[in-house]
Amino acid sequence: MLRPAMNTNSHPGLAVEAVDLVKDFAETRAVDGVSLAVPAGSIYGLLGPNGAGKTTILRILLGIIDPSSGTRHVLGAGRPLDAAPEVGYLPEERGLYPAMHARDAIAFIGALRGLPLREGRRRADDLLREHGLGDWARKPIRTLSKGMAQTVQLLGTIIHKPRLIVLDEPFAGLDAINQGRLEDLIRREARDGATIIFSTHVIAHAERLCERIAIVARGKLVFEGRVDDARSRLRPIVRLRTRAEDGPWRSAIPEDARRDGDEWVFELPASGPEPLLKALIDGGAGIETLAIERPGLHDAFVAIAGNKAAAAMAQEKPE
Amino acid sequence: MMRLLRGAFVIARRDFAATVLSKAFIFFLLGPLFPLLLGGVFGGIGARVATQTEKPVVAVVSTPADFGRLMKARDSLADALGEDAVVRFSYFAPEPDLAAQQKRLLTTREPPVRAVLTGGLDHPHLTGAVEDQNISGQLQLLVANAREPQAAPPSLGVTEVAASSGSLASDRARTAQIGQMLLFFLTLLLSGMVMSQLIEEKSNKIIEVIAAAVPIDAMFIGKLFAMLAASIVGIVVWVGAGALLIQILSAGGLRTLPTPAVGWPGFLALGVIYFAMNYLLLGAVFLSIGAQATTAREVQTLSMPVTFAQVLIFGFAAISANAPNSFEAFAAAAFPLSSPMAMLARAAEQPEWWPHVAAIAWQALWVALILHLGARMFRKTVLKSGPRGKRWRWWKRAAVVSEIGAS
Repeated sequence: MLRPAMNTNSHPGLAVEAVDLVKDFAETRAVDGVSLAVPAGSIYGLLGPNGAGKTTILRILLGIIDPSSGTRHVLGAGRPLDAAPEVGYLPEERGLYPAMHARDAIAFIGALRGLPLREGRRRADDLLREHGLGDWARKPIRTLSKGMAQTVQLLGTIIHKPRLIVLDEPFAGLDAINQGRLEDLIRREARDGATIIFSTHVIAHAERLCERIAIVARGKLVFEGRVDDARSRLRPIVRLRTRAEDGPWRSAIPEDARRDGDEWVFELPASGPEPLLKALIDGGAGIETLAIERPGLHDAFVAIAGNKAAAAMAQEKPE
Repeated sequence: MMRLLRGAFVIARRDFAATVLSKAFIFFLLGPLFPLLLGGVFGGIGARVATQTEKPVVAVVSTPADFGRLMKARDSLADALGEDAVVRFSYFAPEPDLAAQQKRLLTTREPPVRAVLTGGLDHPHLTGAVEDQNISGQLQLLVANAREPQAAPPSLGVTEVAASSGSLASDRARTAQIGQMLLFFLTLLLSGMVMSQLIEEKSNKIIEVIAAAVPIDAMFIGKLFAMLAASIVGIVVWVGAGALLIQILSAGGLRTLPTPAVGWPGFLALGVIYFAMNYLLLGAVFLSIGAQATTAREVQTLSMPVTFAQVLIFGFAAISANAPNSFEAFAAAAFPLSSPMAMLARAAEQPEWWPHVAAIAWQALWVALILHLGARMFRKTVLKSGPRGKRWRWWKRAAVVSEIGAS
């Protein structure tokens, strides 16, 4: 495959770098000052509810649409289409030619990215066999199930062994087994050196897969960084069960502590666990159980994006 | 540039294969052949019927001597003008009741009688449906010749040359008109297909995969050239079938067509080039218009004004067919959308080649320009995930304003 000459205006360790992207559609600002830095070889999640601007950001990064302002570099190229032979893209709205055979559809997507058609067909046969669709290689897409067609398109996305794989809501419409397979495929591609960016509104996928995430709400970037950094924005949660209902120990727990059944739930005070333990013991709490939990990405998302965005994501169709 | 061409080639190859290898394309190829075939069959039958059908005659009620002189005059005119061009006669001996005979003859069906000539050569009188001046005029001439037979006409020496300025001008104008007509109809038939080209991608949602991999210009170019190639396949089949039919049905076959100014090989080569240019120019416009449509129904709605526009453009180009050096012809050649048709007419009438080189370059420039603009419009209006553009809000606002005005 031809590797295009890249300009090196971007940071060398970054697969994608976007600075202050803005996109206006008539009077609607779909993307508002978004900056991203995606390290090469990482799995990067773009989180946010539907309508937050995730797809528009991905389209800008891929050069499908131009930003109203701001700059982006993809694999070092100032014009994303210059890097197209080394990029794979699975859009949110899946689409293939219904009359095309599965292997031809995969080879066609590869050919669009510069892979010779014959080589594309050969690789397509191998990939289809590997994914249990060997018998469907010469069947028209219209005869495939929705899940199979989605797999075919996904294989078309990676047929040319891209260095950057962009997946827009890749888990949408897949059953649990295929979601698991897709997660494995993403991990494998990352192990092989590809950078993967995917958008999702399901936090669990991002939590399992991503090293870094960006959280988008109403076109604005509200967080960009490591998943651990997102979590570390919240203090650990303490779950405490005591024998004593009341007593001096109560002054050791924060005023905003809430009851969850027979447990007290509150953020670990800034002073840390040891002073808390001492105060509880000295205050006669009669500790039955005390657990200190690391906050999940969902809690971090609520804290960062706000309850409204979290509620919007929760309302969306679960996969 | 290489990326653009490579992308265009990938798309063109897919579209061409998908079009030409479909069952629908077989019907597309056969469609125009049916009228040709039926035209040939019924034309042949019609011609045979026409020769077999008895032609109306003029019944001559006279003495045999008068009729003989009249027939002699008729035969000498038929020798000069051709048998079918001269009125036919049928002889009837006079009966005592001439009025009754005349009435009966006018209703006779075998042979069908157009009119009855009575009174012999001395007092000729014609009765019948002779509103056609040609019959009465011919009879006047024939009766005069029968009365006073002319001496044998002097022999006229004839020296034939290949062509004279008068014959060339009219023959080449005919070639120009036929060429323009063919170009127009073929483009009209084929370029409409381009309008619905992007609907498949839009409805299949594959448009985004393509747009992320290749420039939109490449997609437009690929689609346009794929359809051009499919059209040329169709034209080769149709023209081949048409030429075969002409060869079979017409005495002398294709050689009977008047020779164009640049010669047949040059004219045919320019015909192919100008068809391609015409197709690409109109196709680029239609593709750009069709790209704005989101459904097949919208494409149908757009088709009618587009067809009207094509007819207007043809009308504009047709001005140049008879006057290749007029201002109108120059304007038609300069206006990009009528330029191929105007220049094909010029190829039939004027032998110079350099205007064609300039025109082809000019047309190619416009193809590129229209495609680029179409691609830009497409990117702006189609590949976005926000609300529709200002246009729609303007309509909404206008509707609200009119509602407020009404209340």
